[in-house]
Amino acid sequence: MSLPKPMMRGLLAKRLRFHLPLAFALSLFAAGIVKFGVTEPRKRAYEEFYKHYDPVKDFEEMREAGIFESVGPSKE
Amino acid sequence: MLASRALSLAGKRALSTAVCLRGGHAGVAKIDSYALPTYIDERDTPLPDICYVQNLSPDQVSLKEKEKGSWAALSNEEKIALYHISFNQSYAEMTQGSAEWKTVCGGVFFFIGLTALVLFWQRKYVYGPVPHTFDPEYKAKELQRMLDMKVNQVQGLASKWDYENKQWKK
Repeated sequence: MSLPKPMMRGLLAKRLRFHLPLAFALSLFAAGIVKFGVTEPRKRAYEEFYKHYDPVKDFEEMREAGIFESVGPSKE
Repeated sequence: MLASRALSLAGKRALSTAVCLRGGHAGVAKIDSYALPTYIDERDTPLPDICYVQNLSPDQVSLKEKEKGSWAALSNEEKIALYHISFNQSYAEMTQGSAEWKTVCGGVFFFIGLTALVLFWQRKYVYGPVPHTFDPEYKAKELQRMLDMKVNQVQGLASKWDYENKQWKK
């Protein structure tokens, strides 16, 4: 048999040299997708919502709908 | 001691105990075959406990004698024959895949489907009626109350409702 001697050592190191940077890159990419696809839009949505938010008006609307137990709808 | 050495092919530890027992008793403690070391083709056991071929044929005996000399004198076929005395399948043979996964997947899906039929029958004939809170009118009242409370008005349910026109936002 004149087969070449197979790789006997360094098998894990060889695998890690490829897969470790790849794993880091993919993880960072996944984190980036979550940040720019989920958290940034959510922050902007909340910012936009609270820019023109009137809590008192909100409360009056809810009160008229009759969901509260402490106050009933305004007696007009 | 001589007896245990002669039987060393089949695993020293288990048999030497039996041979020692033989010394002082009338009977011999019989070792069951499952208690002896076995040969196994397993990827993470490169060197099994015993050789594959335990009872050598005369050809194999002479080959083993030839092995005691220079290995360069062995032909390729003899080397392969020696390998197959010690091992059954090569790594390439034992790690090759098969098409068994298709049968397994098929069986799994089939039995999941069968279970679905059982569950349908169960829902129809075993369970009683659902509570009144599942009635469409009740559910509508629930939804109206959630909209009145402005549940998740930033990004969720109430944010999709048009309060002026009393309909879902387009």
